[in-house]
Amino acid sequence: MFAASLETASEPRKLRRVAIDPVTRVEGHGKVTILLDEANKVHQVRLHIVEVRGFEKFIEGRPYWEVPVSVQRLCGICPVSHHLAAAKAMDQIAGYDLLTPTAEKLRRLMHYGQMVQSHAVHFYHLASPDLLLGFDSEPTRRNIVGVLEDFPQIATEGVLVRRFGQEVIRATAGKRVHGTGAVPGGMNKALSRDDREMLRADVDQVIDWTVGAIRMVERLHETKPAFYNHFGEVAGNMLGLVNASGAADYYNGTLRARDAAGTIIFDRVKDASYRDVLEEEVKSWSYMKFPHIKAIGSEEGWYRVGPLARIQVCDLLTSERAEAERQRLLAVGGGKPLHGTLFYHWARLVELLHAAELIRNLLDDPTICATDLMADKGERRFHAVGVIEAPRGTLFHEYKVGEDDLVTYCNLIVSTTNNNQAMNEAIRKVAVQYLDGHEITEPLLNHIEVAIRAYDPCLSCATHALGLMPLQVELVDADGIVLSDVRRGMDGGVSCSVPG
Amino acid sequence: MQAPTLDRSPDTAETTRKLRVATASLSGCFGCHMSLLDIDARITELVKLVEFDRSPITDIKTCGPCDIGLVEGAVANSENVHVLRELRANCQILIALGACAVNGGLPAQRNHLDVGEMLEDVYRDIDEGLPCVPDDPELPLLLDRVRPVNEVVRVDYFIPGCPPSGDTLWKYLTDLIGGRMPRLDYDLFRYD
Ligand code: SF4
Repeated sequence: MFAASLETASEPRKLRRVAIDPVTRVEGHGKVTILLDEANKVHQVRLHIVEVRGFEKFIEGRPYWEVPVSVQRLCGICPVSHHLAAAKAMDQIAGYDLLTPTAEKLRRLMHYGQMVQSHAVHFYHLASPDLLLGFDSEPTRRNIVGVLEDFPQIATEGVLVRRFGQEVIRATAGKRVHGTGAVPGGMNKALSRDDREMLRADVDQVIDWTVGAIRMVERLHETKPAFYNHFGEVAGNMLGLVNASGAADYYNGTLRARDAAGTIIFDRVKDASYRDVLEEEVKSWSYMKFPHIKAIGSEEGWYRVGPLARIQVCDLLTSERAEAERQRLLAVGGGKPLHGTLFYHWARLVELLHAAELIRNLLDDPTICATDLMADKGERRFHAVGVIEAPRGTLFHEYKVGEDDLVTYCNLIVSTTNNNQAMNEAIRKVAVQYLDGHEITEPLLNHIEVAIRAYDPCLSCATHALGLMPLQVELVDADGIVLSDVRRGMDGGVSCSVPG
Repeated sequence: MQAPTLDRSPDTAETTRKLRVATASLSGCFGCHMSLLDIDARITELVKLVEFDRSPITDIKTCGPCDIGLVEGAVANSENVHVLRELRANCQILIALGACAVNGGLPAQRNHLDVGEMLEDVYRDIDEGLPCVPDDPELPLLLDRVRPVNEVVRVDYFIPGCPPSGDTLWKYLTDLIGGRMPRLDYDLFRYD
């Protein structure tokens, strides 16, 4: 694949480096480096995840019941996803097989609230400035404040849609960011009737606004179809969770992957068997690992997750209006899968609609305020996997817990990590499409960021691992004389010199 | 020592000028920034009073002279140190926002671990058995310990909580912007 050739330049030292640092209007810390020659031909493009925090390691030794509350601190935009993925794993550890019907409904309600708030903050607060004000608009105004000034109606709707999602989370988890609703075996809090009435009163308006936003993106698309179809377009595999009838399921389900042409690669893979189908690779220039489909290998086995993958991996969405909108979007591809990066936004709004409809259905459920919150306890286990569809894509939590209830092992593959290679492929494509051979300007660099933003990366999430080797080690004797000098170069190679 | 309030000379254009606010996320989870957005529709009132400089929600990548700086997250690597110092140098008032900035928070849970060993563990390829630790010069150097921001720069105000709520931030900022000493009632504090 041509884009892969831009991963590593053959002679980096002879090239000029341009950096986008930090990548803005995304969550967390990342930077892009681009290496160019004198004619501005692009030789290397990399998205680096520059932060590491070590969650997987410092969770070791902690009691298992604490984990659903602590790991959500990986991410303040999608804490509920980590909270619930960990809770699903810890349900099994603690010996609970099936939740009570109400507990599962409340967890789903919380999760769909998360989907609404996260998709809303991404679309309206972070991405809409590019779409509405222009990729090359004045950078100091290219933000939510600029949108508030120029498109007050849309921006205000966005603020209120996000607020609705946050209120669903507060009603089920106790507070908007980092609540505590799920506990191993169930939920610690019932939904109050007041909260249910309050949310029910708002949900129809949220649904209507979301449909309005979908229409807006559709109209934007119609203004320049070729541009929207092909911007950062790279064909790739897709992964997501579906239920037994093939419908998308954000909370439970089995893994399904399709290739770029839409053919199923694997299906009905139980979440606990994820290691049978996926493996991870480490590259020297990013703290974020590179997962891929085992059977295909690291070169071609990368895949997409998140809205654009999910709506194409599944056979249908279970809510009516969202499924109709999904069909409208898929029709753009004329029967072929969509791989254009900017379709992520449209797909994300279709999912926002789906989540809002699912919330409405749950609020109308006569038992949603019931109080059967804890399941019956069965046999204690020592190893468990919790998988969930977070707003940004499939999220894996795996834990081992000892007899003493302390965690002994933790592995997390967060949604954004799943998209690592996909994002790198997309920015390399954009570099070829828009930067190659041109004088590099701010608007052109923003094109690269636009491609990254479409994936809604959550770089805090992706920085869970920890560590950094010294770049240079000098062995100095007592007189200050350098005895040896070990360095790591741009190419990852190690050189060792012993002076004199 | 008296904590500073904003120094705005009366009867000049100074009093009507919009204040400039910078925000930064160091080693944090973005949850404190989410709380800032949790002021919901009051954001329209806020942007009448302030304009944003460097922030993860704007495209301004380096900090210029500002009245207020809000910093989320602890100090965990060399880049965090750089961003924090730049913020301090440019902001009249610097506020540490949330548990990570105030005392290291959850990221500081790695402090009892040896950085090198941990990294080898995390990046050890399970099948190959050999660690392959990312080490490119583009990656900032990790500090051996995660530190609260006040161990690196002087801090004027601390707002605890993980995260402090949107209402808390609204009260705090409107007090500060109005030239009052910020006061938070008990119900606006939240520790958990
Ligand atoms: S204080 Fe809490 S909410 Fe704020 S950055 Fe740290 S973990 Fe996130």
